[in-house]
Amino acid sequence: MYVKQISVFIENAPGKLADFTRILGEKGIDLLSLSIADTTSFGILRGIVADWEKASKLIEEAGYTVCLTDVLAVEVPDRPGGLAGILTMLSEKGIEIEYLYSFVRNKSDKALIVFRVPDTDKAQAILSEHRVRCLSQEEIASF
Amino acid sequence: MTKYQLWDPKAETMSRDEIHAVQSRELKNVVQRVYENVPFYREKMDALGVKPEDIHDAEDIRLLPFTEKSDLRDHYPFGLFAVPREEIVRVHASSGTTGKPTVAGYTRQDLDNWADLMARSMTCAGITSKSVVHVAYGYGLFTGGLGAHYGAERIGATVIPVSGGNTQRQLMLLKDFGATALACTPSYAMNLADAMENSGMDMSELKLESGVFGAEPWSEKLREQLEEKLRIRAFDVYGLTEMMGPGVAMDCPERCGLHVWEDHFLPEIVNEELQRMPYGTEGELVITTLTKQGMPLLRYRTHDLSCLDDKPCACGRTHVRMRRVKARTDDMLIIRGVNVFPSQIEHSLLKIRGIAPQYQIVVDRKGSLDTLEVQVELDRTLIGDTVRDLETLSARIAAQLASDVLISCRVKLCQPGSLPRSEGKAKRVIDNRK
Repeated sequence: MYVKQISVFIENAPGKLADFTRILGEKGIDLLSLSIADTTSFGILRGIVADWEKASKLIEEAGYTVCLTDVLAVEVPDRPGGLAGILTMLSEKGIEIEYLYSFVRNKSDKALIVFRVPDTDKAQAILSEHRVRCLSQEEIASF
Repeated sequence: MTKYQLWDPKAETMSRDEIHAVQSRELKNVVQRVYENVPFYREKMDALGVKPEDIHDAEDIRLLPFTEKSDLRDHYPFGLFAVPREEIVRVHASSGTTGKPTVAGYTRQDLDNWADLMARSMTCAGITSKSVVHVAYGYGLFTGGLGAHYGAERIGATVIPVSGGNTQRQLMLLKDFGATALACTPSYAMNLADAMENSGMDMSELKLESGVFGAEPWSEKLREQLEEKLRIRAFDVYGLTEMMGPGVAMDCPERCGLHVWEDHFLPEIVNEELQRMPYGTEGELVITTLTKQGMPLLRYRTHDLSCLDDKPCACGRTHVRMRRVKARTDDMLIIRGVNVFPSQIEHSLLKIRGIAPQYQIVVDRKGSLDTLEVQVELDRTLIGDTVRDLETLSARIAAQLASDVLISCRVKLCQPGSLPRSEGKAKRVIDNRK
């Protein structure tokens, strides 16, 4: 049960991020989660949207390049040590985390965190063994 | 007599007629030498139907073929040498257009003449046997360091061969060794001046009187700034590797243009159709080496925009003056003294996977040093979800450019489709230094 993440290359210059987010606003695209990896000259904005097909089409039409990646949207117990427990499960089986970030919005009482791992299938199998739930794109879309 | 010291008063104050006679004699000689020893020139002259016997007078230079920078590249490395390789005692080179450098070879006589012309030039800047000359031009294949070095040594000055880099150490040596003259690129001189200011150095501790600055075009404004900050008189020295190196022409204290040492070089100004233009007309400077043995060049197109003036100069020197070079007729950039063609950068970028063939070069002057930013458009397929790959790519581009173009630059990765396109010739270079 994957979720599609969109990532967009954005130059690190004044106003560039504002330009991009304004386009999202004009096109009615809502970011359910968001993170930015930045360097001095550029950044990569990553996020989850309800309808990634429509969003990536609209973003590309606006002149940006979209990269799609399968990520896991993991329900993490919202208490001290909740995230640590999940990371330990994964690291014990040799799964490395490329990056993670949390959702902006959530319906449940659990924290919802995006995991990007090299082997999504394996990570998901480990998590389900431990009864940790990963949300599907459909569930996300209903937020 | 002149109020200034001259290195070689006899040569430097010849009458215009005497200069013409020397040029006529030397032009005949050099044409004979290249026709006999350089197949490239023999073929070119044969194609034009010109024989060495047709050259009687300096004016006959109009019959001779031009030489392009690309001719040097086509005969890389030693194809234009006019003497057997054993007679070449030194080789210098500057960066070329396709990664291959432009090479020049010198006989012992050539080096002797060069030292003499640099001695003449540095004497124009008031350097004498009592001077202490701090040479911060790069030593090596670049002609700046060794050119200034042997010139100052010929005068009998105390030479401090520091070469470039390590600015803090340079400041210490300038002060401790009591340098009276500084020889380097104007941009590096400004860098030193700024570093002195920043380190709170007391300028009265320095003994600097004059600067011999060249290897890149610089403005009158920069001259004023250098003179004020360093409390010196700043002189412009002109030269190019293909001709010899620095010392082809030199500012005199009267500052009304640079005297081209006409007993060794024959300068002309040509228009876009390569027709000779009279004195006073602006055009491309073309130079013929009259006395070079190792690699004489006929009518070499410098692509430097200038004009010539043969009116008498108050300094007493009679050699024709060229106006300071402020612009070029081609797209060559001179960045921190290094010749850079946009085509070189393009060539280098094409070797790298993951970038689109769209790029832009932005040259600027931050504080005192020239900066080069190469903006490249990313290939759509390469943009992923992590920054790591892109940072690796950026570092690879910078390394490739450093190796091919011999200059460090900042690489800026740009979004696909973001760089400006234009109909026809794309605007690849933005030079904000002017």
